[in-house]
Amino acid sequence: MGVVHGDLMTLNIGPQHPSTHGVLRLKVKTDGEIISEVEPIIGYLHRCFEKHCENVTYEQVIPYTDRCDYIAAMNNNFGYAVTVEELMEIKVPERVEYIRVIVAELNRIASHLLALGAYGLDVGAFTPFLYMFRDRERILDLFETLCGARLLYNYIWVGGVSHDLPPGFIGAVYSFLDYFEPKIEEYNELLTYNKIFIERTGDVGVMPPEVAVSYGVTGPNLRGSGVKWDIRKDEPYSIYDKFDFDIPVGAGEMGTVGDCWDRYYVRMVEMKESVKITRQALKGIPAGDVHQALPKKIRPPQGSIYKRTESPRGDLAYYIVSDGSPIPYRLKMRSPAFTALSVLSEISQGWMMSDVLAILGSLDIVLGEIDR
Amino acid sequence: MTVDQLINWLPFGTDWPVITFLTAVIICALPVFLFIAVYALVAIYGEVKISSFMADKVGPMGQGVGFHAGKWGLLQPVADALKLILKEDIIPAAADKKLFIMAPFVVFIGAFISFAALPFGQNTIIADMNIGIFYILAVGSLSVIGIILAGWSSNNKWSLYGGMRSAAQIVSYEIPAGLSIISIIMLTETLSMQGINEFQQGTIWGILPNWIIFNNPFSFIAFFIFFISGVAECNRTPFDIPEAESELVAGAFTEYSGMRYAFFFLSEYAEMFVVSGVSATAFLGGWNSPISGFFDSPGWGVFWFMGKTLSLVFVMIWFRWTFPRLRVDQLMSICWKVFLPFSLLNIFGVGIWSLLVG
Repeated sequence: MGVVHGDLMTLNIGPQHPSTHGVLRLKVKTDGEIISEVEPIIGYLHRCFEKHCENVTYEQVIPYTDRCDYIAAMNNNFGYAVTVEELMEIKVPERVEYIRVIVAELNRIASHLLALGAYGLDVGAFTPFLYMFRDRERILDLFETLCGARLLYNYIWVGGVSHDLPPGFIGAVYSFLDYFEPKIEEYNELLTYNKIFIERTGDVGVMPPEVAVSYGVTGPNLRGSGVKWDIRKDEPYSIYDKFDFDIPVGAGEMGTVGDCWDRYYVRMVEMKESVKITRQALKGIPAGDVHQALPKKIRPPQGSIYKRTESPRGDLAYYIVSDGSPIPYRLKMRSPAFTALSVLSEISQGWMMSDVLAILGSLDIVLGEIDR
Repeated sequence: MTVDQLINWLPFGTDWPVITFLTAVIICALPVFLFIAVYALVAIYGEVKISSFMADKVGPMGQGVGFHAGKWGLLQPVADALKLILKEDIIPAAADKKLFIMAPFVVFIGAFISFAALPFGQNTIIADMNIGIFYILAVGSLSVIGIILAGWSSNNKWSLYGGMRSAAQIVSYEIPAGLSIISIIMLTETLSMQGINEFQQGTIWGILPNWIIFNNPFSFIAFFIFFISGVAECNRTPFDIPEAESELVAGAFTEYSGMRYAFFFLSEYAEMFVVSGVSATAFLGGWNSPISGFFDSPGWGVFWFMGKTLSLVFVMIWFRWTFPRLRVDQLMSICWKVFLPFSLLNIFGVGIWSLLVG
């Protein structure tokens, strides 16, 4: 095919742009509608998370973790708490473990709802976004009754959780799950199997498994490429080994394995799996005191630890170096969204302007976590 | 009432032809402008409310004491219009000032003068030209010039993208739209809008209304080709790629604000009405009653025409809140690879049909 190449035009997408999911700037070189180069420029939301952590006590780090991936704050709290507990060799009560799994999975659903809704918006469908926000709202309401906060919870503490479940909470979660499960079919009818949506996402932005692995992409993005890797199954933390759930992987149903549609659909199925886990956790939750194992003072022994957990965006890991004082000597966070963004320039070359934003949306990045 | 009748009726008659003509035109144009303004307010309110119901919310609602948005949010479009009028008018320093100011009016004129040939009722038409439908197709494509002007003069890369996309899109979709109209003209053997309406009086086999959409299978397909092309010409979802708020911010209109932006908005709604009106006239019997002889007076004609047109406008709104957006190359391939061959086939089919059956 003969293509006329003129001069390339440099175009800045962002930092103020409707679909950069925060304050991301994409420097793209375009040849008409075709994009020949994408360079993500980050740092507009940098808040010195890791440096801050070197100056506050271990308890005080938790609110900072909330603000990293603000869409899935529970999972961030969870990962941090699990890491510090392992460093201190704390055994938390069974009830706390169950509560943590319930809130983490609910937060995973909320996070995926936002990701999928915003993805619909990225390809021009407005209504699914509002449908998903409607249902996400119910989860936020549940969290509000749980800990008073709707977005930044500071709920999962080292050695426990801040509050026990309020009365009626388990029933409310059950009724939410009963309400929510049929809604997934509704989303599928409205968006997933829409012909235009499939045209826009199937075969677009294919991320082959080798590329995904070599870039360190994790979470739904990696699973969308057909790689079965989930920390909850492969390296179980907390009590995830007690639950029965599947790991959905992309199958190239609407095109090639690892296209945008696969990444989207993996999230959709993952919500069903989260519902499954939550139901099991609600059934098995024992009685107990959630504050029983809270340490009087968090002063981990000298040493370091690297522990990963599965956040809605993938492999969320904390590396903590302790010098025996109540303040972390060094804290490093491995951000799954960061690796997901780094693969963007690889997989979006040669696609069209509209596709680049569709690919970016399918990676489901959160700038709070990338910039930290 | 047409312009010609008005000219004859005016007292100064043929002594001062220019003044007579201008007076007649202004007398006709003012109500049309008012109509567009009122219709746009209603359509915006409709769009907001319909989209809200589709998205499981209530939309603007009046609450508590004070004005707020009035009962059921009825004052919302008024508030929107007031906001746009009162807003600061910003012209970017690097913009091509003259073209930038001109563009919204060019777009609006294209939509506005199309109303001249829309047959609202048996006697309610501003100018029953013998080339009415051709005239509407011709002036309807004026708006693309305005959009390109807006895209170019803003001196903004997003605007330029929007302008280029819209040029390619509107010009491409003119072709299947025009070809589907040709298949209609072959049946009616007239280009006059009233002539097309009169052709559709009566019934087919005494049951179906004698509308062109039911006339033969080819014109049935032609209706869908024409209507979908019309949606594309209005830059409505799923063909809203020139605006594409998640890609191009606001496309060609990115740099516009206040009243100038309102004119783009107004012309979008006006164009929706024109496209729906032409579809209603050319395929759905225009001012003819769906049941022959049922409320078939000239007064009710206006009702039938408005009913059919506004239903089609509703369908456009429905599209917008249901579908995702197509990509620019998919849009083009639908136009050139699906609509164009089918509309050519339609012309062929209608020709054979009228030879054999008609």
